[in-house]
Amino acid sequence: MISRSEILETNQMIEKENLDVRTITMGISLLDCIDSDRDKLCANIRRKILRLAGNLVATGDEIGREYGIPVVNKRISVTPIGIIGAAACRSEEDFVEIAKELDRAAKDVGVNFLGGYSAVVAKGMTTADAMLMRSIPEALAQTERVCSSVNVGSTRTGIDMDAVRIMGEVIRETAEKTKDADSIGCAKLVVFCNAPDDNPFMAGAFHGVTEGDAVINVGVSGPGVVKKALESVRGESFEVLCETIKKTAFKITRVGQLVAKRASERLGVPFGIVDLSLAPTPAVGDSVAEILQEIGLEYPGAPGTTAALALLNDQVKKGGVMASSYVGGLSGAFIPVSEDQGMIDAVNAGCLTLEKLEAMTCVCSVGLDMIAIPGDTSASTISGIIADEMAIGMVNQKTTAVRLIPVIGKGVGEQAEFGGLLGYAPIMPVNRFDCSSFVKREGRIPAPIHSFKN
Amino acid sequence: MKKAIITVVGRDCVGIIAKVCTYLADSNINILDISQTIVGGYFNMMMVVDVAETAKSFDTVSGELAEVGTKIGCVIRIQLEDIFDMMHRI
Repeated sequence: MISRSEILETNQMIEKENLDVRTITMGISLLDCIDSDRDKLCANIRRKILRLAGNLVATGDEIGREYGIPVVNKRISVTPIGIIGAAACRSEEDFVEIAKELDRAAKDVGVNFLGGYSAVVAKGMTTADAMLMRSIPEALAQTERVCSSVNVGSTRTGIDMDAVRIMGEVIRETAEKTKDADSIGCAKLVVFCNAPDDNPFMAGAFHGVTEGDAVINVGVSGPGVVKKALESVRGESFEVLCETIKKTAFKITRVGQLVAKRASERLGVPFGIVDLSLAPTPAVGDSVAEILQEIGLEYPGAPGTTAALALLNDQVKKGGVMASSYVGGLSGAFIPVSEDQGMIDAVNAGCLTLEKLEAMTCVCSVGLDMIAIPGDTSASTISGIIADEMAIGMVNQKTTAVRLIPVIGKGVGEQAEFGGLLGYAPIMPVNRFDCSSFVKREGRIPAPIHSFKN
Repeated sequence: MKKAIITVVGRDCVGIIAKVCTYLADSNINILDISQTIVGGYFNMMMVVDVAETAKSFDTVSGELAEVGTKIGCVIRIQLEDIFDMMHRI
């Protein structure tokens, strides 16, 4: 029998500590939509998305009401379009047409984002992959809900530096094309190393080719709940601290597991994974930075931050793994800057720099995320930052990502406004020394050695 | 049997339990357990009910209970029991 205190605890988490199911993401394989005629391909894609995801939003909302927990986002991820469009697309414009079709389908089923305008080019690019990458700026400028990602490296294959060089240019161009809205196009574009096939979180979600026809993946979130739980163990030992995080992560993940199971039953689509991430929002009390502060740092960025984040990330995984039958995706603590009020405060206080964030990405779940940089940052500098971040992922056998926003027309000391879940961000200074001769080299960085781990 | 948990929180006044119970009886929802306390003038009630027999949809019950709550100055929520079971039981 459930006790009164347990009911109160659950409802307190939902009402006061921002516990929610951040996203139900339906992964849809588009492999069977492939056609050499672009219009037929678009029609096939549209038909499949509408057939499988037509009830996604209504079902997500219904489950949310029954359990009294907000299901914030309902989203779709699809097979990387670099593969799907390869037979039909002769030009960048053809790819943009597919993006527009995806955008229309997303609007028609009512999801707020659709991910998978992607290329997986860890070792090399096909002609179609290269065309898709070059079409990203136009595709993101002309659509509203389509998200794009490019995987340019992996631990097994190394880093495709040609793709890294192109992505530096693509990010700049995307920023230029959406400069009227503080270069918001770049908020929908992620560069990955070791990208997971089952990630439900945007902007990096895509439905990998290792997946089935359709799948339901769920992302839970609850930094506020962890922060609140840690308030009760101030000054206690690391053992107590870690146990508290683990237990809280367990409870949060169980909710995700329940919602994922129900969504899968009602939509008639197999359950894939629960992604047990601490994903902050700009709302007060929904911040990963505040957890780090509660652990004992004045601001994130202070000495000790990397250790505190490593501990947090690991305990979240340990608690969550037992709570769900299948855990996947990114699973860990996200450290976006613009989407976390505590991170923004740390930057404004002068405590958190791009270099420290890079160190933090060695132990967090993803990477350099939602960071606004000066609009005059060169493409080669952006490529250099991407290469650094990809190298961290490649050598440490983890997912890393870069989502940088060069805010055209703005510089350090100014602020970029994205609105909604994306928040706002102070523009951070970037190291101004040149790396263009490094970035200009052609080819790829070989895969790292898998022994002699020192 | 399909168990749900109803929580009622608000300032104490005459007839809260009566109004909630009347609504449940009219909707053919059986009450399995009730516990209730008053802390600092605030009424706090928890009920376990069976919603398997009601002809109304869960959404309708949830909306109508919220309306009953508004009339008597309380917040009334109904949630399926699984969420508490999942979170607090291994």
